Amino acid sequence: MELQQLENTAIAVRRDIVRMVNAVNSGHPGGSLGCTDLLVALYFDVMHLKTDADGNVVFDMDGQGEDLFFLSNGHISPVFYSVLARRGYFPVSELATFRKLDSRLQGHPTTAEHLPGVRVASGSLGQGMSVACGAAFAKKLNGDDTHVYVLMGDGEQQEGQVWEAAMFAPHHKLGNLTAIIDLNGQQIDGPTKLVMNNRDLGAKYEAFGWNVEHMEGNNMAEVVSKLKEARKDAEVPTMILMHTEMGFGVDYMMGSHKWHGVAPNAEQLAVALNQLPLTAGMADY
Amino acid sequence: MKKYEYTEKKDTRSGFGAGIYELGKTNPNVVALTADLAGSLKLENFIKDFPDRYVQCGISEANMIGVSAGLTIGGKIPFATTFANFATGRVYDQIRQSVCYSNKNVKICASHAGLTLGEDGATHQILEDLGMMKMLPNMTVINPCDFNQTKAATLAIAEHNGPVYLRFGRPVIPIFTPADQKFEIGKAWHVNEGTAVSIFATGHLVWEAIKAGEMLAEEGIEADIINIHTIKPLDEEAILASVRKTGCAVSAEEHMLNGGLGDSVAQVLARNLPSPLEMIGVHDTFGESGTPDQLMQKYGLTAANIVAAAKKAMKRKV
Repeated sequence: MELQQLENTAIAVRRDIVRMVNAVNSGHPGGSLGCTDLLVALYFDVMHLKTDADGNVVFDMDGQGEDLFFLSNGHISPVFYSVLARRGYFPVSELATFRKLDSRLQGHPTTAEHLPGVRVASGSLGQGMSVACGAAFAKKLNGDDTHVYVLMGDGEQQEGQVWEAAMFAPHHKLGNLTAIIDLNGQQIDGPTKLVMNNRDLGAKYEAFGWNVEHMEGNNMAEVVSKLKEARKDAEVPTMILMHTEMGFGVDYMMGSHKWHGVAPNAEQLAVALNQLPLTAGMADY
Repeated sequence: MKKYEYTEKKDTRSGFGAGIYELGKTNPNVVALTADLAGSLKLENFIKDFPDRYVQCGISEANMIGVSAGLTIGGKIPFATTFANFATGRVYDQIRQSVCYSNKNVKICASHAGLTLGEDGATHQILEDLGMMKMLPNMTVINPCDFNQTKAATLAIAEHNGPVYLRFGRPVIPIFTPADQKFEIGKAWHVNEGTAVSIFATGHLVWEAIKAGEMLAEEGIEADIINIHTIKPLDEEAILASVRKTGCAVSAEEHMLNGGLGDSVAQVLARNLPSPLEMIGVHDTFGESGTPDQLMQKYGLTAANIVAAAKKAMKRKV
C-alpha cells in the first residue's frame, strides 16, 4: 500500500480507538495510539496474508502459508480490533460492540468468541512471545517459510517468562520470528524507569543472541522499511526496539502514563477527533 | 468377584514413554517437549527416532506451555512434559490463558505426581494438581492406574481435540489392566461388581482398592469397585448407578481431599443421590521425605485404610 494511504488508514484507526474507549468509558487508548502505525504497516503492507480470489482476507486458526501476528500486550486491544476490522477480518460496524456484553470484542483479545484474526488469548502479560516461538517452530517443522511477528510492551519486559522465551528463540534458531517491543517508557504506575528500570533492553537481547534493531514507531515510512528488512533470511530472531510515544496523535494524551487505561470523556473525545481529521475516502465505523 | 493378578510391575511414567514413542511412529504431528526432564519422562526412544519433533525447553516451564500453545497453530499436537508440580502450579496462569481459555490442543503430561515421588519431599510432591486442572474450563483431566492404562491414555488423548492434563507417577506398581485396552476418555472402568459399598478409586489407589476389595470379600462384603481414570469429564452415570446399588461409597486418591476426586464424587451425590461418602486422600497438609510405601502408610492411603472407610460408610447407611 502507498505510504499516504497507510497514513490515512492510521488516522482512521486512531479515531476508532478513541471512539471505542469513550463509548464504554473503559479500555486502553495510550498504548493503542502509540502502536497504531506498527499494526497498520503490518496488516496493510508488510504481512503476507491469506486471501480469496477477490483479494479479501480469509482466516483459519492454523495460519499455514501466511504470516502471523501475536499481540502479547493484550490490553491494547482497541488498535488490534480496529486494524483487523479495517483489513476485512470482520465488519467495521462490530467495533461498536467493544467491551459490551455478548460481544466478540472482549476487553482483552480471546479466541473464545471466535473473532477472526485472533489466534490466542492475551492480557495476562508475558505469554505472547512464548506462543509466537511455538508458532515459528511449527512453521519450521512444516517447511512453511512465512514469518511470525509478536508485539510486547516495555513494562511487560518485567515478566520472567519473557526472558525464558528470549533464551528459547535464538537457541532454536527461530530466524522466522520478529519480536517488537513498544518502548514508550510508560506503564500503569508511572514511567518504566521509576517503576522497575528495564535498563538497556538492546544490550540484554543482544546478549541473549538476538539481532537487535531500533525503529521510530510513529514514523510510518521507517516502520515499513524496518519491518521489511527484518524479514530477511537469518538464523537468529530479530528484536525491534520500537520507540513510540504513548497516546501518539492526541496531544493531551502524549507522553504520560495517565492515559494508559483511562477513556476520554465526551469533551476530550471531541478535542481528540479534531486533531485526527479524516482524509478523503475514509469513514468512521 | 473378579480376581486381579499381575506378573510384572512398572512405573506409569514408562507407560507414557511407551505411548509417546508409539505416537511418534503413527502420528507425524505429535511433538514432545520437556523442561530438562527428558529422562525422567522416558522420552529417550522418541528423541532417538524423532529428533526433529523433540523440543528441549530448558528449565523454563512457563515458556514450554506457551510454546506448546503456539505449536498447535500450525497443526501440531504438543505433549508438554515435566514433573506434575512444575506442570501445574508453577504455570497455572499460562495454562489458563494460553491453553485453556484459548482452547489449544495441548497435552500436559505430568510425572512424579503425589506422595509416591518419595524421598524428594514436599517441594515436589504435588497433591493439588487435579483440583487446579479440573477447575479450568475446556480441560480434560486423566489419572490412569497402571503402565498399560497410561500407555492407552497417552494414545487416546492424541485423538482428542482440546487441552488435556495427563497425570502419572514414579513408583513401580503392578500391571493389572489389559495391554490391548481401548481407553475411552470419560468412561469409568468397572473393576469389580458388588452391592455392599462403592469404591471409586483413581491412579495408584486403584490397586489398593482391588486389594481392599479382596480383604472385604474375606469378611463377606462385596464391594463395587470403579476405576475413575478420567476426573473430568466425570462419569456421573457410573457413579450414580453404583451408589443406587450400594447406598454408600468410598473415594480413594493420592491427592488432597480439597479439590480431588472425592470432591467431585461428593458433588454428584449431593446433587442427585445424597449418600454416605468416606474419602481417602490427604487432609490439608504437605507431604515429606520417605519411601513411597512409608508415605502411603503414614498418610493413610492403603488398602487397609480403604477397608476401614468402607465399613464406616456402610455403618452410616440409614
